[in-house]
Amino acid sequence: MSRELHRFKGGVHPPDHKAESNRRPVHAAPLPKKLVIPLRQHLGNPAKPVVEVGDPVKKGQMIAAADGYISAAVHASSSGVVTAIDLQPVPHISGLPDLCITIETDGRDEWIDHAPLDYLAVEPSQLRMQLRDMGLVGLGGAVFPTGVKLDPGATQQCPTLIINGGECEPWITCDDVLMRQHAGEVLEGVAIMRHLMGSTEILVGIEDNKPEAIAAMRAAAARLDFAVEVVVIPTLYPSGGAKQMTEILTGKQVPSGKRSTDIGLQVFNVGTAYALARAVHHGEPLISRLVTVTGHVLRPQNFEVLIGTPMHTLITLAGDRDGTTGVLMGGPMMGVPMPNLDVPVVKATNCILVKSKELFPPLPNALPCIRCTRCADACPAELQPQELFRFAKAGDFGRAQEYHLFDCIECGCCSYVCPSHIPLVDFYRYAKSEIWAHEKDKRASDLARERHEFRQFRLEREKKEKAEKLAAKAQAKRAELAAVPPAERAVPSDADAKKALIAAALARAQAKRSDAAPKNIDHLTPEQLHQIEEIEARRAKIRELARQPLESEEKNT
Amino acid sequence: MPSPFILDRSSVTQVMAWVLAALLPGIAAYVWLFGPGILVTLSLATVTALAAEAAMLKARGYPVQPFLLDLSAIVTAWLLALSLPSLAPWWLIVTGTLFAIVVAKHLYGGLGQNIFNPAMVGYAVLIVSFPVQMTHWAGPLELSATHLSLAQSATAIFGGDVPKATLDAVTMATPLDALRTGLLQQLTVDEVLTHPIFGHYGGVGFEWLAGAFLLGGLLLWALRIISWQVPLAFLAGIWLTAGFLNFYDAGRFGPPWFHLFAPSVMLGAFFIATDPVTGATTPRGKLIFGLGAGFLTMAIRTWGGFPDGVAFAILLMNLCVPLIDQYTQPRIYGGARKTEEPPA
Repeated sequence: MSRELHRFKGGVHPPDHKAESNRRPVHAAPLPKKLVIPLRQHLGNPAKPVVEVGDPVKKGQMIAAADGYISAAVHASSSGVVTAIDLQPVPHISGLPDLCITIETDGRDEWIDHAPLDYLAVEPSQLRMQLRDMGLVGLGGAVFPTGVKLDPGATQQCPTLIINGGECEPWITCDDVLMRQHAGEVLEGVAIMRHLMGSTEILVGIEDNKPEAIAAMRAAAARLDFAVEVVVIPTLYPSGGAKQMTEILTGKQVPSGKRSTDIGLQVFNVGTAYALARAVHHGEPLISRLVTVTGHVLRPQNFEVLIGTPMHTLITLAGDRDGTTGVLMGGPMMGVPMPNLDVPVVKATNCILVKSKELFPPLPNALPCIRCTRCADACPAELQPQELFRFAKAGDFGRAQEYHLFDCIECGCCSYVCPSHIPLVDFYRYAKSEIWAHEKDKRASDLARERHEFRQFRLEREKKEKAEKLAAKAQAKRAELAAVPPAERAVPSDADAKKALIAAALARAQAKRSDAAPKNIDHLTPEQLHQIEEIEARRAKIRELARQPLESEEKNT
Repeated sequence: MPSPFILDRSSVTQVMAWVLAALLPGIAAYVWLFGPGILVTLSLATVTALAAEAAMLKARGYPVQPFLLDLSAIVTAWLLALSLPSLAPWWLIVTGTLFAIVVAKHLYGGLGQNIFNPAMVGYAVLIVSFPVQMTHWAGPLELSATHLSLAQSATAIFGGDVPKATLDAVTMATPLDALRTGLLQQLTVDEVLTHPIFGHYGGVGFEWLAGAFLLGGLLLWALRIISWQVPLAFLAGIWLTAGFLNFYDAGRFGPPWFHLFAPSVMLGAFFIATDPVTGATTPRGKLIFGLGAGFLTMAIRTWGGFPDGVAFAILLMNLCVPLIDQYTQPRIYGGARKTEEPPA
């Protein structure tokens, strides 16, 4: 079975350092006392907590629900009690804390009720939602919600399914070890992907520095009732990049700014396929993953780790050593330095790489760019990094964008080969963030301007409406007046109209006054008059009587 | 520090050191074929360049040591020294080197910032300002009865007392000069080529020197320090132009192989036009750059006022680099060719 392989442009050959960690058996890391589970472990909206502090939770219980389509749920990795929902340090390049749910474990590791899904019986859209609710995300590094990626679209076809076992980044061996030990389950996951995507061609790309993984996957593939082609590709960083893997296996390039489904294929990491199989065939949400702990430790190896386990426990497990100069999450080419080791293992944690001065000597100071274009030769995105650097450094972000800054995948090849030791990727990240910030500002100011313009428009409109209303009223009044005395219609001057208005008003006032006057003394009947007279007489007599005793009293005193 | 956390073992110093190493076959051949005088020129240029570099770095407030150790000043010095007549007076060497380092390199912003190749700027200044002194070429040992020792060469270069007769016996017109002069005297190319200075392809000795530079250049290519585009296009530019002219009128225009096998061409093609700082960066741009420099070299040799045109051709192409790069941006992964107009 030989497939014509294609070569992507660029790439580098850093020392792979795989042998350190891929020869020891995989152990499950012990259950920690405390699990800190971030709500943002995937691309898209962070999950929304569905538990409260003090709630007991079981292993596999959803503790935060997916928020929107591009999101994923988060689950308790073990049983225990929720002790906090607050900001905690997380493994992120920003070093900023993020919202996490802390679980005090009870040691019983008690599962919630869970059952396999009959994926063939479920409507695909419903299955995708279930996968989202099981917290499935891509485990190759980008942690994009898997359910979203498993949608070929209403009109699109996805004939080719690529399973990425490249694992090109130095030091990391979790995919290698996973394929060696769980090739069958990886391919079970692939079968589910195949079902959802409707793919007819399935390619598994594995770098030729993983012969055991290749053999295991080939053996497992031979047992399947559908064809899976395990393709051995040359070791060349970054062949495990989705776009690079696509080009190696198919010769096709994903058009800039488009998705791979636009050219009829989709790429998944082997770890994702395995997690999918666990979710569907066992009903287990994504609560653990394989993590390589390597570098400056006594026993570099892979662990099966519960999400939320603090990183320092793993380093202790692998045997920490003196002379540690820092810890990376991920590999040396694209890894992220950890602010401290209390941060938890998250879904994106494929490797914990402990640095030492010997393994990672401090980088030399940068010299000016000499435009040697080694970076351009190494760039797998086929960019001109030396020009991007020049524009980024000069703050000419417009030109940087014109030179396709946003096609940069930040693989680090350019920095790796630079004879002037310029941290090129850093400049691109800076330029990208500046452009994003600028666009955000621009959006904000656009919004403010729109609001202001709308307010102006509204004020203007109200003024106009008021004027129109007044004019209409006056018109109506004039028409009314004109309708009453036909004689006066001959002289319709403004002054006359005014006079007429005044006269009308006076007349109205008169009418009102007469209406308001007492009505019971006019037009009285003779009987009423008589009664009034009688009443008046009686009141006069009373008044008379009332005055008399006063006079008598005066006399007496 | 963010990713990546590892580096390839390359450095500017390493690149420059390889360039210097690749010049060694040429220098050895030079000594073998023309006498040890070039060593004096090289040493003087090197010392001057390092002093000027250090002074300029200090004046500009840059750390002296890392930049001196990048060896770029020595590369400039050697390229200039190898372009100068081997018996050029000391002050010519110093002036040219100073101009190259101080004006062409540092006043433009130092390493990586200069628009023009510093060695070629130094050379151009000298040949424009001191055309007579720029003809003090020692002829190939094979053709001259008198040989200058290292000490005698040094004495001659530093203006010491060397009998004029000895000097006259040693200095000789270069083959390109001879061709030019001969053609100006209305001789045909074939008649000119009967002069003893002409060898198999180029001049006696000169062709071997050219071969030695070619060897060093191929080493640089094998090490991927230079790409193939610039040298090949440069040589092709010369060969095609010369070939076309020679085909048009073999009596008035020298044969293409003669034009190709000049030391200046090989030095220019592999060591000077390939200067990354002042050359084009895109693959197609490098081809245009090389072809342009080759064509201009031939144009200046044929119709210009100077016997050789490599320096001016490269300087002129240096001028065009931003334009060339702008319009030869390669297609990116998954993208269309860059077609946007540059902003006004």
